[in-house]
Amino acid sequence: MAPILELKSITKRFPGVLANDKISFSLEEGEIHGMLGENGAGKTTLMNILYGLYHPDEGEIYIRGKSVEIESSRDAIRGGIGMVHQHFMLIPVFTVTENVMLGDEPTKFGGILDRESTAARIRDISSTYGLEVDPGAMVSTLPVGVQQRVEIIKLLYREAEILIFDEPTSVLTPQEANQLFRIMRSLAESGKSIIFITHKLREVLEVADRITVIRDGKVIGTTSPEEADKRKLASMMVGRDVVLEVEKTKAKPTDLTMRVQNLKVLDDRNALTVNGVSFEVKAGEILGIAGVQGNGQTELIEALTGLRHPVEGRIELLGTDITRSTPRQITELGSAHIPEDRQRDGLVLTYPVTDNLVLNTYYIKPFTRRAVIQPEAILENSKDLIEAFDIRTPSPLVGLGTLSGGNQQKVIVARELSRPIKLLVAAQPTRGLDVGSIEYIHGRLIEKRDQGVAVVLVSTELDEIMQLSDRIAVMYRGQVLDIVAIEDATKESIGLLMAGIQAEGQET
Amino acid sequence: MSAETLTKETGEIYVSQTRRRVLGIVFLGVALLIWLVFMRGLDPEMTSTMRLYPGGSTVVVEDWEFNTLNALRILAVGCAVVGAYQLVRGFKNLTGLAFALIGGMFIFAFLSWAASGGRLNLAGMLRIMFIRSVPLTIGAMSGILCERAGVVNIAIEGMMLTAAMVGTIVGSLGTLWFGLLAAVLTGGLLGLVHAVMSIKYRTDQIISGTVINIFAVGITSFVSAKFMQAYPEINSSGIFKPYEIPVLGQIPVLGPVLFRHNIFIYSMIIFVILLTFLLFKTRWGLRLRSVGEHPKAADTLGINVFKTRYMAVILGGMMAGFAGAYFTLGSVGRFDSAMTAGRGFIALAAMIFGNWTPLGAMVAGLLFGFSDALAASLALLRVKIPSEFLLMTPYLITMIVLAGVVGRGQMPAADGQPYIKE
Amino acid sequence: MTDAEKTPKKETNEKPKVDVKSKVGIFFEEVSQSSLIIPILAIICGLLLGGVLIALSTEEVYSTFAESPLQAIGNGFKAAWEGYVTLFTGALGSPARISEAIESGDPREIRRAINPVFESLVKSIPYIFAGLAVSLGFRTGLFNIGVEGQLFMGGIFSVWVGYTFKGLPAYIHFPFAFLAGALGGALWGFIPGLLKALTGGHEVINTIMMNYVAFRLTEWLLRIPMKREGSTNPLSPIIEESAELPRFFEPPIRFHTGFFIALGIAALVYWFLFKTKWGFELRTVGANPHAARYAGMNILKNTVLAMSLSGALAGMAGANELLGLNHHLSQSFSPGYGFDAIALALLGRNHPVGVVLSALLFGTLRTGATRMQAVAGIPIDIISVMQAMILAFIAAPAIIRTIFRLKEPKEEEPGVRVSGWGGS
Repeated sequence: MAPILELKSITKRFPGVLANDKISFSLEEGEIHGMLGENGAGKTTLMNILYGLYHPDEGEIYIRGKSVEIESSRDAIRGGIGMVHQHFMLIPVFTVTENVMLGDEPTKFGGILDRESTAARIRDISSTYGLEVDPGAMVSTLPVGVQQRVEIIKLLYREAEILIFDEPTSVLTPQEANQLFRIMRSLAESGKSIIFITHKLREVLEVADRITVIRDGKVIGTTSPEEADKRKLASMMVGRDVVLEVEKTKAKPTDLTMRVQNLKVLDDRNALTVNGVSFEVKAGEILGIAGVQGNGQTELIEALTGLRHPVEGRIELLGTDITRSTPRQITELGSAHIPEDRQRDGLVLTYPVTDNLVLNTYYIKPFTRRAVIQPEAILENSKDLIEAFDIRTPSPLVGLGTLSGGNQQKVIVARELSRPIKLLVAAQPTRGLDVGSIEYIHGRLIEKRDQGVAVVLVSTELDEIMQLSDRIAVMYRGQVLDIVAIEDATKESIGLLMAGIQAEGQET
Repeated sequence: MSAETLTKETGEIYVSQTRRRVLGIVFLGVALLIWLVFMRGLDPEMTSTMRLYPGGSTVVVEDWEFNTLNALRILAVGCAVVGAYQLVRGFKNLTGLAFALIGGMFIFAFLSWAASGGRLNLAGMLRIMFIRSVPLTIGAMSGILCERAGVVNIAIEGMMLTAAMVGTIVGSLGTLWFGLLAAVLTGGLLGLVHAVMSIKYRTDQIISGTVINIFAVGITSFVSAKFMQAYPEINSSGIFKPYEIPVLGQIPVLGPVLFRHNIFIYSMIIFVILLTFLLFKTRWGLRLRSVGEHPKAADTLGINVFKTRYMAVILGGMMAGFAGAYFTLGSVGRFDSAMTAGRGFIALAAMIFGNWTPLGAMVAGLLFGFSDALAASLALLRVKIPSEFLLMTPYLITMIVLAGVVGRGQMPAADGQPYIKE
Repeated sequence: MTDAEKTPKKETNEKPKVDVKSKVGIFFEEVSQSSLIIPILAIICGLLLGGVLIALSTEEVYSTFAESPLQAIGNGFKAAWEGYVTLFTGALGSPARISEAIESGDPREIRRAINPVFESLVKSIPYIFAGLAVSLGFRTGLFNIGVEGQLFMGGIFSVWVGYTFKGLPAYIHFPFAFLAGALGGALWGFIPGLLKALTGGHEVINTIMMNYVAFRLTEWLLRIPMKREGSTNPLSPIIEESAELPRFFEPPIRFHTGFFIALGIAALVYWFLFKTKWGFELRTVGANPHAARYAGMNILKNTVLAMSLSGALAGMAGANELLGLNHHLSQSFSPGYGFDAIALALLGRNHPVGVVLSALLFGTLRTGATRMQAVAGIPIDIISVMQAMILAFIAAPAIIRTIFRLKEPKEEEPGVRVSGWGGS
């Protein structure tokens, strides 16, 4: 029997980049096929081609042995392909029903939306596959895990046979991820075929029937969990042997650097998003803040760095009250910030590398003298930092937008860590980066810790938190449920806290 | 748009105590203003008279006469009570209503004061309010159509102006109905231009709108100077005659205010109902809104983002064209250069104030229409405010309203962002 | 949206190469890339479409169309050609007349013959100021459509100082009046700037509303408080001679000091924007307000500052026009400089040098169009239509590229982006 889906020598070029290089791949009916590769390897590009969002420059696609042209998502849906995107394709101000029906709406009286029949079908699908959700709920009010269920229901509603999951666990707790794997298993057993895209070795080994590894836009090989192990997969994925564990010594915390007491912060819609958070960070330690995305971490960081003023509580940095200080005052006290959304907050993409490297120090000597900007000093500074932080750029004067994500992040790291600092707030410092850049940045964070800097690390990647932190604070619905020392923490215990389940076993 | 923004759940809405107190103090201030300013030096015997039928109406009702000082006392006390409650307890979810109540009482106090010892035609004022709200409300609906699909349209002004001129010319040469049709088509054509620039070529939508506004001023002045002055016969379309709705038109007070107008006023009401229904109850509306909220999500579900946006912007242009026809075919009967006088921009403010809904836009349109009507009525009373300042009121009210509402409404999430499909 | 895989970028794997191209080299590369080609083609397209409009509004075209369409098209061409000949001789002077005047040796004749060039320069002065005003806003991510109103406020303030203070020496009086004009404009820019910063009320709507308020205010001032005694027209008193911007030649040449003040201000704006830390802050706020806030810049302060400075520049345009040419305030002293300045600023790529060049072009066009209206009966409003076309082509360079089959640029052009209603 022909495989349900077959890709033959797909090639896709972007200006200056070969994103997919003659990729061939086949998916058997009823299997879970893991597609492993690091960020930027070309997995998402390939899936976007399959889903009709990009058009391949060369190559052919076969569904059940028949050659097909996928010009748009409409064609993909018709061919039975459905995709759970990494960034959910949900409209926050629509209800679950509206999101599910969109594009394939049943109507009555020639054009009026028939919400009831859709809602009935959603309940039907929910009970068949164990995907519990309220059809009438507004999507913006749902937790991330439930939103993902809505995405899956969208595919099942369209009777998709080939399901693509793009990095589906990045927003889930370990327990939620396990639940997702069970759902994927039951989908496969009921005859659906699944492509599971990830960069996490453990996950493919756990759930996939077969594994295809992609690196630099090329297929490196296809294997199975039985034949492969973590080490082998990692070297296939990265192209060299990788150190899976970060090397670090035990922390030697000294003086108190930051103290946060009963902090309450509102979000843009005036909802109380941080609700009474207290913690302390000492010089020479890394405090990891774990939690599923959207549990108040963003607002907490903004409060710590002066970008958002809390409504209650107190923040002290080196004994100074900074609760209502401006970002600049906090920076000048010796605080550095690696922002969560680097392109939005941390960089000016249209500016050259030089200016981005002085984005928050441009006004002091030697970069400015008597209010006049000193381009030579700024250029010298950038040459030094490009050298010291190994930023790969053709010239310090090129626009920052032309650099790769990893190098953009290195620009931020260089700018923040090259100053004499006492506190570093790093939010999602490695999100979306390749393994090389991740290793580099992890190394720098630990180096700073060892130099006596207090580090607050916010990450939704539990692995990252476990590798780097000395103590872990878990955030859930705006509160810190517990702070545990790394010696006492396990992935499971932290995962339960991330889901709001405290040690006593009661849900908050 | 990442999942990040989808997940600000669970946190309770935090009610700012400061805001509550500030509002309470503002309300008390209004009470004090009525007491100290309006009531000062008023003769206790002085009365205000409100006429309850517009000039020329056949349904005559007796005038409403009352003692000015007593009315003002009641209003001041009313404001004080509302203010005190706001200060102590707060209206919570009903704060908006309390705000409207205070606004209403203040305006009535102002009118009573202005009419003390004289007579104010209240019904006439309300009638003018309805008429003046037409281009604002319909213009705002043009904005709603475009922005719900994710395209900012600041070209409403230019579309209205051009359509007003074309409507007059065609209306003068043919019939008024042809004129109206031509105006609508002109608006649609300019909508197409806006769509091509902002959707296909991804020009900044505000710049693209500005192009149309500049073009509109240029072309209308050009044609006006070159042809309409030389041939006055192409600039004398006349206007649609008012039509009294049977039975309803005979209701005292309300009849002449609401049901004796020309087609533009009735169309406005029909459009508001129709657009509300289409946007929120039909497949067409769901798809249009999805494209303005999250075009990529819509795209992944097989909805053609570009086609939907084109359609919305062209329809929006046609709506603006209809609003433009009001100026010539519904109101003045001839074209004067720059006759729209910024109404297209006030319509945008109405759209924002109305939270991107047709009904809200009409309420806002009526508010701005009222400020217009107020200026016209006060000019007839003894109030010693120069006419130029009265003419400023709609613009000032627009700025004040804009300052108060922005950021509180729910703008379509992808408003103003070009969609790039790889 | 950060999707690292969507636009993968190649790692440059060789050692970081730090070769700094000379600044001059980069400048020329930019020029050949797109900086100059697109604006020039946009101007050409604008002129062509203007010609079409002239042809379409020529009656002979229609009267001959029935007999011979070819003849009609010929007539159209002729009308457009003649129109443009009138426009350019009206703006730059007729060579024949200049040589004749030089031969005659009569200084008065010579002045008359070369006057059109000076008149074009004079007309470009308010455009320089107004264009700088708009571009300063754009550089900060603000769209100031209120330049026209700010210009009126500048006019009001400067004229008031001009006729109220008597007996001041000229070197004090005209700078004083000029600065008063800047202050008036700054005030009118400050208000929408503050509203934007504090409440998020969008500057596009607010500045337009401020325009109407300024127009009404001008009408009232001219009707009552500033009305000239003994005049039935709404005109203000004439300013003192000491408040006038000095002229350089005998009549009819009106060329005055304002031109050099404008160039000086343009240089100052350039220095401020690109050489000082304040300019760095303004530009960063314009390029990425989120990053600016993160980097410790005060968005509120910079928004208000940018709108006030933009207003001040617009006010200078008004002051210049009244202190330099009209010497009194009237309701119609600006033919819409503030609105023309939008197209102008974008044509000049929001760069002071570009703005000065575009202003010279716009001054020339307006002077010529005035002549064209008088001689050929083509309404001056045609230049608004042409400006709209130029603006369209500048704002959507892809249209120009499609028409002329130009290559795509290497990097995406830093097109102008204005913030949406949300306020950020």
